[in-house]
Formats: sequence, structure tokens, C-alpha cells
Amino acid sequence: MKLSGIKSISQALHNKIISVQELHDIYLKRLNTHAENLNCIINYTPETANQQIKAAQALIDNKQAHLLTGIPLVHKDLFCTTGVNTTCGSRMLENFVAPYDATVVKNLNNRGMITMAKANMDEFAMGSSNENSYFGAVKNPWGLNRVPGGSSGGSAAVVAAGLAPIATGTDTGGSIRQPAALTGITGIKPSYGRASRYGMVAFASSLDQAGVFARSAEDCAYVLSEMCGFDAKDSTSAQVAKEDFSENLNQSIKGLKVGIVTEWMDGLSPDIKQATEQAIAKLQDMGAQLVEIELPTAHLAVSAYYVIAPAECSSNLSRFDGIRYGHQCENPVDLNDLYVRSRSEGFGEEVKRRIMIGTWALSAGFYDAYYRKAQKIRRLIAQDFDRAFAQVDIIAAPVSPETAFKFNTKKDPVSMYQEDIYTIPSSLAGLPCLSMPIGLVDDLPVGLQLIGHNLQESTILNVAHQYQQDTNFHKMVAEGYDE
Amino acid sequence: MNNSTQWETVIGLEIHTQLKTNSKLFAGTDTTYGASPNSHVSMLEAAMPGTLPVFNEKVLRYAIRFGLAVGAKVIAKESTFDRKNYFYPDSPKGYQITQLNHPIVEHGTLTIQDKNGNDKIIRINRAHIEEDAGKSVHDKYAEFSGIDLNRCGTPLIEIVSEPDLSSAKEAVTYMKEIHSIVTHLGICDGNLQEGSFRCDANVSIRPVGQNELGTRTELKNINSFRFVEKAINIEIKRQIKLLESGGKVTQETRLYDSDKNETRPMRSKEEANDYRYFPDPDLLPVVIDQAYIDNEKQYIPEFPAAKIIRYTQGLEIKPDDAKIIAQDKSLAEFFDETVKSLKQAKAKTAANMLLGEFSALLNSNDVKVEDNNLNVAQFVGLLEALAEGKISHKIAKTIIEKMWGTNLLAEEIIKTEGLGQVSDSGELETIVKEIINNNQSQFAAYKEGDMKMFNYFVGQVMKQTKGRANPAQVKTILEKS
Repeated sequence: MKLSGIKSISQALHNKIISVQELHDIYLKRLNTHAENLNCIINYTPETANQQIKAAQALIDNKQAHLLTGIPLVHKDLFCTTGVNTTCGSRMLENFVAPYDATVVKNLNNRGMITMAKANMDEFAMGSSNENSYFGAVKNPWGLNRVPGGSSGGSAAVVAAGLAPIATGTDTGGSIRQPAALTGITGIKPSYGRASRYGMVAFASSLDQAGVFARSAEDCAYVLSEMCGFDAKDSTSAQVAKEDFSENLNQSIKGLKVGIVTEWMDGLSPDIKQATEQAIAKLQDMGAQLVEIELPTAHLAVSAYYVIAPAECSSNLSRFDGIRYGHQCENPVDLNDLYVRSRSEGFGEEVKRRIMIGTWALSAGFYDAYYRKAQKIRRLIAQDFDRAFAQVDIIAAPVSPETAFKFNTKKDPVSMYQEDIYTIPSSLAGLPCLSMPIGLVDDLPVGLQLIGHNLQESTILNVAHQYQQDTNFHKMVAEGYDE
Repeated sequence: MNNSTQWETVIGLEIHTQLKTNSKLFAGTDTTYGASPNSHVSMLEAAMPGTLPVFNEKVLRYAIRFGLAVGAKVIAKESTFDRKNYFYPDSPKGYQITQLNHPIVEHGTLTIQDKNGNDKIIRINRAHIEEDAGKSVHDKYAEFSGIDLNRCGTPLIEIVSEPDLSSAKEAVTYMKEIHSIVTHLGICDGNLQEGSFRCDANVSIRPVGQNELGTRTELKNINSFRFVEKAINIEIKRQIKLLESGGKVTQETRLYDSDKNETRPMRSKEEANDYRYFPDPDLLPVVIDQAYIDNEKQYIPEFPAAKIIRYTQGLEIKPDDAKIIAQDKSLAEFFDETVKSLKQAKAKTAANMLLGEFSALLNSNDVKVEDNNLNVAQFVGLLEALAEGKISHKIAKTIIEKMWGTNLLAEEIIKTEGLGQVSDSGELETIVKEIINNNQSQFAAYKEGDMKMFNYFVGQVMKQTKGRANPAQVKTILEKS
């Protein structure tokens, strides 16, 4: 059978055309066929899956099921999951088993989704190519010599290759949108505070957000609606009512004002610029009105981000000291030796680099020059967006300056950091944003970023869904991964 | 510097006050002291990945009450939490959550009495909320150290004074005054031995007349009033000796060793951590309005100073007695309750008996007022019986002992034990007559005006009635005889 979208799969489950077990087995078979080549999975979760399959089938049989009941998914391996390893792509947590479920995991479990595996990722979510995983780089289904993007590269590869219909991810500075773009799928990061961070291993607390990958905006909407919601366990959780993001998917976008950041368009390579302009023209055809906008401070975003995120990470990762859990060096001679060697052995190069940058930026005498200044820039960027959203309903922008690049081509960290120039500004402003596929350049997917104003997830999902109703780019599958 | 230099001491105190909340600062974990190691530890205190802090509102309310009690100019409408980063096994997160830039309380004052008995205002720079660390246990295992995280995350307010204290004595007076405030507020159990109330002292000296402060040292974690005084004095001596011999005071943290009565360096400024403070991104600013602060005013009790004035001026209690009662929270409560219920009896009598017989019983039984061996109703009944002339003071003493640990009222004891005063004039007259008949010569002397003989007869009547005769009536009868 052809598996296409949560709604049709769910109907098949409800109408007993297929059982939860059979559905799961189809995807497990695909995982078994492709996951190793793609290196997109760190651990499988068969025991969890088996329990969930039984429970989900019972819900369906008793007609108590939700749309998501029985739908398989893969979690990025930084969501804590009871009884299964949560590695964060790090040697430090290679054997760490969390004693609890992240709120996001719990919310989806409560809807009867089936957890099949934990996806590979850049170590502690730090990276834009997935080359920073202790468990090896993830490969892009569109070219096994190419990166899938990062840090949620494993999750993106899983969905792009059709190994699961859904995967969770997290996005701090672009870690959902950029891999979604590079693998030709749809990925959304909600507004900061929408999804609980409880149980997500922290990288940069003021930026981290959970989100989701799927083949369509529609499927993203279904899952995101259930992931999100106020959580008293996360003090930064937004105190807003739970929202069904799929409710407005079918609204016309006629008259919708779409902001275009001219400066960003001018920085793109001709091919990507063309694809992006075509997609924007399509939105115009569909009735949207284009408005040129300016984000005068946005060019400082990457610099500010690489002060704030490492500063927070340097503190957040202090708990990995080799004492209570995680990697511990052998035969420490004293406390200091235990700290130094456990952390030196447990963390990879990029994680160490960011801890050092952050430690330095927070040091006495540097704080004002770096951290305080970066926070000021962050506020200015948020104000830029506020001004823009006084004129427009959404902003359409590039996701990444390029398509999936080859492994080991970006050895200079700063050139890697530049991957996220278009995704970081909206992250600093805490805005909801998604990436959707808009075509191929040299046989590699290109994405378009849609940025909404705070808590306007349903608006960007509506635009993406309408676009996907009129186009077929989201149905593109890399060769060899047809379902 | 030579030996004729007159030195002046400058001291500032940082007092760590553990707040008496049921749960921890950022988690619902139990805070009860003395549990077996690591039994009161949640995932947050163990710093499990992905855990997040959630602020305990009770702590905010307690901190506000402290601010109100010391007349703080600032109780912040918006206060924020910062991370203080350092590695140590008893702080598993690798940072302590505290308030650096926007503390909840700023600019309070406290009045103490200096050595001449004059009022002296000590400025309180700030009081901020922070979490306590766990405990390292170094003496239990040979090869390694033990870590007990039970205390980890317990809420504290750190009360930081300005360097307004000029002697070890003043420092102790100030510390006792703060202790009295936080225990009267009921926000801290004040138990120094269990570490609920600990003190760091910043000590420096300078030649008298010099404006500039000398280099200070910080004495860490002193947990008794006596040791605070000793530690500061020994440190002042050390600094004077050092400066007078041409040396220099190094800015450093020193530890007071009570066994050797000396201070010794713990770490110098150079070795000190760069704590890399920054706003905690897991916690939003705490925003409150004036109404929220005003609402806490109802929980601010009358403090000892105000009580003393009320006792001495309103109730005519002797200043020394008023002070003793006012400074003991439970004794004062008992006294106030008693005074409220008195009809004929005087507050002064209540105070006398409270500090006399009642306190003696507390001491000899080694119990506290709140152990309730004698309740207010019993005490009031006793005082009333005395005021009404039903019993003498001597009998009152017997009755209070008999009441102790029972719920019996004075009335009942008087009745069952027949301790009531003999006020029946017929009965008393008979007794007096009989005594006069048996002591004719003494009576004659009395009649001639020997007042000693008057007392002799009163004594005889009392002896015969086992102290139960009403002295006033005996006097009237004798006068008539």
C-alpha cells in the first residue's frame, strides 16, 4: 500500500485495513533496509514500541483513538525517554538512560504514537551538518556523500527517506529548518515557549525549541498541535491555550501580506535565488501580496548568537562532570583530574569549542563587551521583526545559502556557522518558522523559510499547506527511497 | 606603622538564612533536616539532563516579609535570578542559582546598641534569594569523599550588611538581632547547629581617622554566636600584628578553626573562581506589584523592641523583665495571651510569676513554653485566684507545681486539696482567740504597741491555718481584739 500522510494512514488504521503492528513493521523494515547506510539511528526502542503498539491497537479497537494513535515516529536523541538511552550524540551520554520522559515525548505517547527509535544528531545539538556526532555523520538520502544538515540531521534523514512518517527535532539556531531544507521535507520550529523544554537536554536554554519533521505542512500541524501546550515544569513555557494548528490550513491566502527581505535575496547564489523567487512568485499567484521589508540589525544575528548560545551552553553542560552519570574517566587521581579527563574524553571538538567560547564570553572583564552586547543586539533584532510584522502577515526567506554540501568541506567553524545566517535571526526573536521544499537545484532540494509573528504557527502552516495543495515539491523523494 | 597606631575595626556580615519552607527553592522536594543521605533529592538536585527549575513562591513571600521587617527601601517589583558557575561535587548542576543584579530586597536598616548603650543604625545592603549546596563528607571514607545532596536546593536568603560594624561584639549583637527577626517572622527555624543560620564575616582594620578601608579578609561559615565573636577578635589581632610588623593583609578567604582558635587561609583572591555570573535563562524575571507586597504586611509580627515599649509603658512591667519576655518569642506569646484574659489580676503579677515560678519549672523540667506543660487558661486561673484573695502567694507556688503537666485548673486544685484561704471571719476569730489565750504575755506586749508581736500573731495564725488565712482579715481581727 501507499503510505501518504497521517490522515490516510490513520483512516486505514481505524478502518482496520492495516493493524498498528503491520504499519509499524512496514516502517521497521524500511529502517532495517536504509538506516544503517544513512547512519540516521543511534538506538532502536523495540520494547517501548511493542508496548505502545498493543496500547494503540486497543485504543483503536475501542474507538478511543486519536488521529495520531498508532502512527510511528522517531525521536531526536536529546529527548529523554524512560528506559532507553538518551545519548545526545555524545560519548558523554553514550550509556545514559533517563529516568523520565520529556514532556514532548509524554504528550505524543499520550496520543498513542509509536516510538521506533532515537535519531542521530550533532553532539548536544551543536552543528549544521551532523558531522559532529560521536556516532558518526548522518548521510543525506539525496546523496550519500552529502550532509543532511544539522543538528537534527538524523530525524530529517529518517523522514526524507520515508523510514518513519514523523520525527521530532529541536531547533536552537536552525537545527530543524536547515536539515528540512537540505533533505527536501517540511520542518517547523514553534514560537519559543510553545513546546515544553522539560526533558530536552539543554544546549542554549533561551533558544532551544522542540519541533517536528514530516512530509507535509499538514502532518506537521497535526503533530505539533499535540506536542505543544503549557507545562508548569518549564518556567519559560508560554501560558497560552492549547491550539489546533490544523484548523486554519484550508484558508485562502488571498490578500495575505508576505514580507521579503531584499538584502537576503541578494546574497544567494543565482540558482538558489531563482528557486526561491519562483516559490515566492507562486505565493503571489495564489493571491498573496509581496511587501519588501528590512531587518536592519539581522546581519549581526550570527555574531550575537555565537556569544549567547555558547555562553548558555558553557553553563548548561557543566553538569556533565562524570560523577553521577555519563562518561567517567578511568582511575582519576583527584577531583580535578576526574573533571578534566571525564570532560575531555566525553565531549567532542565542537562542543569543547563552544564551551570555551562561552566560558570566555562570560568571564570577568569580557561580559559587557560580549554577552551584554549580544543581548542588546538580540533585543534590536526582535524589534526589527516587530516593526516588520506591523506591515506583513508572514515573512518568506531563504533557509540556507546553499544546498546539501559534501562531507568534510567546511573545516573552518566560522564558515559552518554561516550556514545559519537566515535561520538565526528568527531564533533570536523566538518566532515560529518552518522550512518547506520548493524544488531542486542540481538534483538537491531547496527550502523556503516562512516566519510568523509570535504564536502565529497556524498562519505559516496555513501558507505552507496552501502552497503544497498547489505544488508537488513536497512529494519529491530521493532516488531509491520510494515507498 | 608603629605600635602607637590606634586601630579601628570594620566588619560586614553575610548571613545565610535557610528558609523554613516544606519544599526546595526550585522543586517540590522535601527539605526536612536530618534525613538519611541523598533521600531528599529530586532529579533537579541530581542535575539530571533536561530538568528545569520552577520557583517556589513561598520563598518570595518569606523574602518580602524580611524586607518589610527591616524597612527595606527596595522590595523589587522585578527581581531576577543569575547563575553563579563553579565546579564542585556538592553543586551538581555546576552552578548555583542566586540573585546578583536584581535582588528581591535592598537597602534595609537595623538598629543595635553599641558598647555605650546608644542606638546605632546598621545598613543592610541587600537580601537575595539563592539555593543552598549539598554537603561533602570527607571523614567517612578513606579513599574518597561522600556527597549528600539533601541540603542541595534548600532556599536561603543571604543578608548582606554594609561594613557598619565596629567590633566583634557589635557583629554578634547584629547577628542576634537578625536571628531574632527571622525567627519572629517564622521564616527560619534559627537553628545554628543544623546550619539554618550561618555567617561569613568580612573583617578589615584601618588606623583611626583614615577614610579608606583596609584590605579585608573573609571568614567563612561560622555557625555560632560565640565563634563569630572569637573568630573576628582573633582575626583582628592577627591583622594588627601583621600590619604592625610591617606586613600586608592579603585579600583572601579564611577559615576559623574553633579547636585551635585561629584563622587560616582557604583560598586567595588569585585562586578565587571567576563565577561567570549571567541571568539564568531557565527562569523568567519575578514580577510582582505593590498589592502583593502589601498583602505580606499582615504576616509581620510585633518585634521585641516594640514589645518592650508596650510592656514597660502600657503594662508597667520592669524594663529588665520586659526585655527578657519580649526577646523570647514563645514566652512573649504566652504572656500576651495571658494578659488578654486577665480580669482582676495585674499584668505585672503575671510577668513576675512567668519569670519566677513558671520559668523555674521550665528549667527544672528542661522543657520549653511551647511544650505546653501549663496552658494559658491554667495560668490565668491561678493569677485570678491570687488577685481575688482566694489564695496567698505561697499557696500559688504550690498550686502551679501541682498544675504542671496536668490540665487541672487552680479552682479545682484549691477545692480538692482544700487550699482555699480561710476568709470566714467566725472561723478565723475563733482561731485568733485561741492563740491569744495561749499567749497572754505576748498579747499584752502587742497591746502596749510592740509591732513585732503583731507579726508574731499573724505568723501563728498562718501556721495554724497552714498559710490559708487571709492576712488582711487576720489583721482586722487582731486590731479589734
